[in-house]
Amino acid sequence: MKPGKLLPYIVLIIGAVLMLFPFIWMVSTSLKAPMDIFNLNIIPESPTLANYIQILQESMFVRWFFNSIIIAVITTISVIFFDTLVGYIIAKFNFFGKKLLFILILSTLMVPVEMLIIPWYMMSSELGWTDTYWGILFPGLMTGFGVFLMKQFMEQIPEDLLNAARIDGMNEFSIFFKIAVPQVWPAISALGIFSFLSNWNAFLWPLIVTESSSLRTLPVGLSYFSSGEAESQWHLIMTGATISVIPLILVFIFLQRHIIKGIVLTGMK
Amino acid sequence: MEQLNTSPDYDKKDRKPKKRQNPSFLYKMRNNYKYQKYFFIIICLLLPLIFYIGIRILPTLFTFNVGFREWNLLSTGERPFVGLSNFVTLFQDEVFLKSLLNTFIYIVIGVIGQLTLGITVALLLHKINRFVGLFRVIYFIPYVTSIVAISWIFQWLFMSNGFVNDLLINLGFSQQPFLNSPDQAIFVISAAMIWQSIGFQMVLFLAGLSNIPEMLYEAADIDGATPWQKFWHVTVPLLNPTIVFSSIIGMITFIQVSFTQVVNMSMDGSGGPLNSTISVVVYIYQTAFQQYDMGLASAATVVLFLFIMGLTIFQMKVLTKKFDY
Repeated sequence: MKPGKLLPYIVLIIGAVLMLFPFIWMVSTSLKAPMDIFNLNIIPESPTLANYIQILQESMFVRWFFNSIIIAVITTISVIFFDTLVGYIIAKFNFFGKKLLFILILSTLMVPVEMLIIPWYMMSSELGWTDTYWGILFPGLMTGFGVFLMKQFMEQIPEDLLNAARIDGMNEFSIFFKIAVPQVWPAISALGIFSFLSNWNAFLWPLIVTESSSLRTLPVGLSYFSSGEAESQWHLIMTGATISVIPLILVFIFLQRHIIKGIVLTGMK
Repeated sequence: MEQLNTSPDYDKKDRKPKKRQNPSFLYKMRNNYKYQKYFFIIICLLLPLIFYIGIRILPTLFTFNVGFREWNLLSTGERPFVGLSNFVTLFQDEVFLKSLLNTFIYIVIGVIGQLTLGITVALLLHKINRFVGLFRVIYFIPYVTSIVAISWIFQWLFMSNGFVNDLLINLGFSQQPFLNSPDQAIFVISAAMIWQSIGFQMVLFLAGLSNIPEMLYEAADIDGATPWQKFWHVTVPLLNPTIVFSSIIGMITFIQVSFTQVVNMSMDGSGGPLNSTISVVVYIYQTAFQQYDMGLASAATVVLFLFIMGLTIFQMKVLTKKFDY
């Protein structure tokens, strides 16, 4: 190979090492005994699973993991269902107030979630939603971004296809599920993946709305654990981090083609 | 279009047609396409309407309302309207001004950093033909992982006796305070934010690059353009939509990330040392949920809103104008 062709590879490899190193260091620390953690070796001298056993027995990581899965799965299903449906209706029907509705939904994109924590908190404490699963997940049940995305894709479905189904006597619900949805499947899976990731990693709102430690999600639990229980016990903090990071990395590697395609698809719209 | 559906009446044994002068509401629902359509629309939009109005629109207006009131969560009773007094307090509060400045720094460093690094990685990947997939996966991994976990990993790496300092000492440099220093902490935190979002930008720019026709580069070659000229006069203008999109997305994510990362990475967990890393969202959180001053926190939220809006308009104007061709 010519040196000019080799250069990009060298730069990319250095970059890749910088990308992977923090994770390698994290896993490495999690496998070390407490007295070895300030040792610079990347491969632990005497690797041990003691940290994992301690964390799984003494803290609530399993419960937090489970909470995160529940929250992320329910919100993702809801986001997919409602955003697709509303996007479809805005794209394919004419009715009174449609423009206003669409502007209303788009305007929510201008208001970041961080702005709504105060009214949401007051609302939740008024209605007794604090410290419940519902309290954690209600703000994420639908998204303006998803509606916008799905509307863009639904608009590409030919009107004739839907009308043909109507002439055949299909009712509107089956037309939506059996004709429209299969046409936009790639966009739906992209939306689903984004929704799952953002809810899995959400921190600010779950931090505010939960009080009891059994209702924390993984990020909130990890944050409390690292600054409280395990303060400065870096072998335990890194074990907790590994538990919350590795499953998602594995899922990502498994689904990476879809995820990357999804970003391209949504980014280009 | 009135009678598209075959009436179920025909299936019944007696085929006597029913009276049609005053069809009942239920009959219309089932057999008239127009009614069926409205029924479908109303049913489907009911819950979304409640959601968008009740959980997004009204709370936004409520924030504005609270921002003009004296509203402490602990005291019951009167919540008097106090005009602009909360805003006056805010702009006299040095910590708030610092948080505003810091948020601006996070956004500027973050957006510029992730754009340049994202484009660089994308261009490099565009040049090579082997292992593209592998590199793409590796650069993308940080993006899917939890910000909280990343923050703690970076804290651990940049500790006073952590890995990075050990490395610096071994290479003959002096030990750095990093997160303990009011001058350095904000840059370490920004670096972590950028590091995490390179992969996302890379994917966007790769897609943008693959949309540029090879022909344009060939034409530039014939005109004798240098690689640098080709980059500035072909690649950048054609990537402009991607640049605008990702800088706006980047700004919004940095506002969010500047809370999670600051709370988990700063030494005291609340924007230290000496408030050197505090962001507006951290300020809002502390005012609302540690001092229970909802009025002041809401006023800060309103300022943040105007700040974001100003920046978005600025980005759209500047970025789209510059490369108009």
